[in-house]
Amino acid sequence: MRLDERAGVATALEVRDLSVELGRRPIVSDVRMDVPEGGWVCVIGPNGAGKTTLVQAIAGLLPRSGSVRLWGRSIEELGRRERARTIALVPQLPVIPEGFTVEQYALLGRTPHLGLLASEGPRDLEAVAAALERLDLGWAATRRLDTLSGGELRRAVIARALAQEASLLLLDEPTTGLDIAQQLRVLELVEELRRADGLTVISTMHDLTLAGRFAHRFSLLSGGRVVAEGTRAEVLLPHVIAEHYGARVGVIDDGTLGWAVVPLSGPER
Amino acid sequence: MSSLVRGERRLSARARATVLGVAVLIVAVLVGLLVGPVRIGAANVLRWLFSFGDPPQGMSEQQALILADLRLPRVIVAGLVGASLAASGAAYQAVFRNPLADPYLLGAAAGAGLGATIAVAYGPSGALELTVPVAAFVGALVGVGLAYGLGRSTLGGRSTTSLVLAGVAVASFLTAVQTFLQQQRSETLRQVYTWILGRLGTTGWDDVRLALPSVVLALATMLSVRRLLDVIEVGDLEARSLGLHVARLRLVVVIAASLATAAAVAVAGLIGFVGLIIPHTVRLMVGGSYRSVLPLSVLFGASFLILVDTLARTVVAPAEIPIGVITAFVGAPFFIAVLRRNRRAA
Repeated sequence: MRLDERAGVATALEVRDLSVELGRRPIVSDVRMDVPEGGWVCVIGPNGAGKTTLVQAIAGLLPRSGSVRLWGRSIEELGRRERARTIALVPQLPVIPEGFTVEQYALLGRTPHLGLLASEGPRDLEAVAAALERLDLGWAATRRLDTLSGGELRRAVIARALAQEASLLLLDEPTTGLDIAQQLRVLELVEELRRADGLTVISTMHDLTLAGRFAHRFSLLSGGRVVAEGTRAEVLLPHVIAEHYGARVGVIDDGTLGWAVVPLSGPER
Repeated sequence: MSSLVRGERRLSARARATVLGVAVLIVAVLVGLLVGPVRIGAANVLRWLFSFGDPPQGMSEQQALILADLRLPRVIVAGLVGASLAASGAAYQAVFRNPLADPYLLGAAAGAGLGATIAVAYGPSGALELTVPVAAFVGALVGVGLAYGLGRSTLGGRSTTSLVLAGVAVASFLTAVQTFLQQQRSETLRQVYTWILGRLGTTGWDDVRLALPSVVLALATMLSVRRLLDVIEVGDLEARSLGLHVARLRLVVVIAASLATAAAVAVAGLIGFVGLIIPHTVRLMVGGSYRSVLPLSVLFGASFLILVDTLARTVVAPAEIPIGVITAFVGAPFFIAVLRRNRRAA
């Protein structure tokens, strides 16, 4: 039985009437979203649909209207540091500081746990070491970030988020720019963290096959509005994708290969 | 366990750099005390230092006075100025996330210069001790504020160079205003000129007293938030997602760095590029984390300026080269190197 179908599971995130305007232009309008604790919800939608804006607004980083509640408490009530101990954001294009080691970088994740002028204690260093270990980066602790491959770098960013010890992980396009093996590796690691630690995951994703294979529920965003919401059987349908992405795709689900979204145009050589 | 605990390569790089920094500072202080028109032997200088100012045997009263009232305060002021400029440079680079930020290029130093000029030319002549530093501080803040505002609003703000372009424009403008004011008040012209060209030639304990409180306060503030400067390195959005109040930290650090710059300008005039040369050299040694870059910039900045000042007063002795000339001579090529490296990285 899937977590999100279990009765009595706490609601990790509850979003109501969320709207964001940037420069008087509505980017996200009246979004409603519920994410059960331990669930994985994927926000999908064409480029420019407002996915990144939605994720950043949930993290409390953008001016918005509407309410965002984490485990029943509004994010205003939480305050900036407690909010950062609850939500960890992995941005689509993380800024990689120059001349930092992997460990120094992951240590930044401890920021919300430390007093303003305090320095890290053994507890913080342990959290960082554990995070690096879980993302198979223990060996790279003293390596400079600029010596890492794309996949390793992405894992370092997730290690930083993990060191935050937040219960809600916001992943904005976690697989962008990675080869297929690294994409799977990142998503499998996230799934492992979700299962083992009970993390709640919200991700945005462009690859609908991967999205459909990892997430439990989907919110399809188009023009800043949620136009479809539900399980993959309810949302990831050829006619829905055709309508909102403007792409002709097929959805296959056979016993041997499993579930996939496949493109149906192209010269078919 | 983490390598920060075990003390692996990175920590030892920092430890090595710290040992080197302390050693260089000791050497710089000794060189600063030793070199000068009146010969005082190294042994004498050392004995004098360890007798805490009482003239030891074999040393004339005059030699002791030269050390106590001329060379020592000058070494201390040069050290304070170097530490201030280097730390301010590192701090500006951190909060503006711009490797080319420097008190001089940002317009902070020019603003401080204008403020001080106004204080000298128009202020009550009896209270220069107080009015010059305060006016310099206000001027430095205005300079940085203008450069930052201009860089963001008119030049797109995204690129590293836009802030520097704005800073250069602001600096030129403020310097022009300063020159105009000087010409207006020609009776104070000489006073202002001596001061602008670097006043270390006439440095005494008054200058130490003038600079010390601001420098200590500013350096303590910057050093106490050095861990948070690392957080800003990931950009405003991510730093905020980590729970940091970025705008508040930026304001505090800019105020502290401008205070240090103003103190430096108030006692030493306009000295460029120290804030660029030192932090970047330190980064080559220990990497980009401000936990190491900031304290080591203080250490190496102090040594650097003590040595440059010693050079400035010996090369064409008995005359002196303005220190700013030497730092620009070293710093301008350095600036171009950083710019090139930055272009390639981007």
